[in-house]
Amino acid sequence: MSENAEHVREHIKLYWKIGGALLVLTVITVAVSYLNVSVFLAIVIALVIAATKGSLVASYFMHLIGERKAIYAALALTAFFFMVLLLIPILGHTNTFGEHKTIPNAHAPVARHAETH
Amino acid sequence: MEIPYVVDERSDTGLTNVKLGIWLFLASEVMLFGALFSTYVLLRINAVEWPLGANILSVPIGAFNTIVLISSSVTMVLCYAALKLNNLSGYKKYMGITIGLSLLFLFVKSYEYADKFSHGDFPSKSTFLAIYFTLTGLHALHIVAGVIVNGYFLGPGSKLWHTNKTQFINRIEAAGLYWHFVDLVWIFLFPVLYLL
Repeated sequence: MSENAEHVREHIKLYWKIGGALLVLTVITVAVSYLNVSVFLAIVIALVIAATKGSLVASYFMHLIGERKAIYAALALTAFFFMVLLLIPILGHTNTFGEHKTIPNAHAPVARHAETH
Repeated sequence: MEIPYVVDERSDTGLTNVKLGIWLFLASEVMLFGALFSTYVLLRINAVEWPLGANILSVPIGAFNTIVLISSSVTMVLCYAALKLNNLSGYKKYMGITIGLSLLFLFVKSYEYADKFSHGDFPSKSTFLAIYFTLTGLHALHIVAGVIVNGYFLGPGSKLWHTNKTQFINRIEAAGLYWHFVDLVWIFLFPVLYLL
């Protein structure tokens, strides 16, 4: 029991460290957004930091490190369908990137721009 | 008839019912938010112009809420650890803080919404605002659900501790997994909506 308690106390120290790392990464995310870089690079940097933070939360707070194989299998399937969900609509529109589409509620500056065509 | 695998792990998966159930639920949640993230990307890449989130939303307020939610995730996992240490009072302390931080998040979010509405910035005004309110609104609903569940486990639900500790710890682990998922979603929502 005492050995188990010692194990939990070590985990608690780790949780605080992970929490600190997440807060530091949040500050970095905001700081990076002030850098004068291209939109593409800004998106890449922001998503890399967000993915790092997400990995820390999933691995340590959600205990995915050392989880059972059944969970990994379910998550692998989820990740696959998530990517399908994300990529299929995008890949179906690669020939129309940047062209105006008739989108409900899109009647701000974008719609006025489109009306001139 | 007694429900099997409530506290004992299944022989085939090595998981309890609650653990398997909450992960399958979270998988469905990934698809729910995934559909909306996909919608966001689709709307953005097809728009001639897309506003910079920082020009419409308050980055300091968004960053503050991110810190609040991350802190609540830390206190949530400390709830679980406290129970593992057989420390019910420690659990109640950290659960109380978690709920308090959740309510602070909702308060700040409602302030943001009220500020937007007072300036006539409704979802109908632009595509950006439409997807902003949809994504953050759905996320806020998840926070509300988390507050209700955690509130139950802080109050009447905690009686289970005195009759079946293992089952109660399993329930808190499941509630924690849900809460960390809600935190994880916000970790992506914040840069996508506020910074890019």
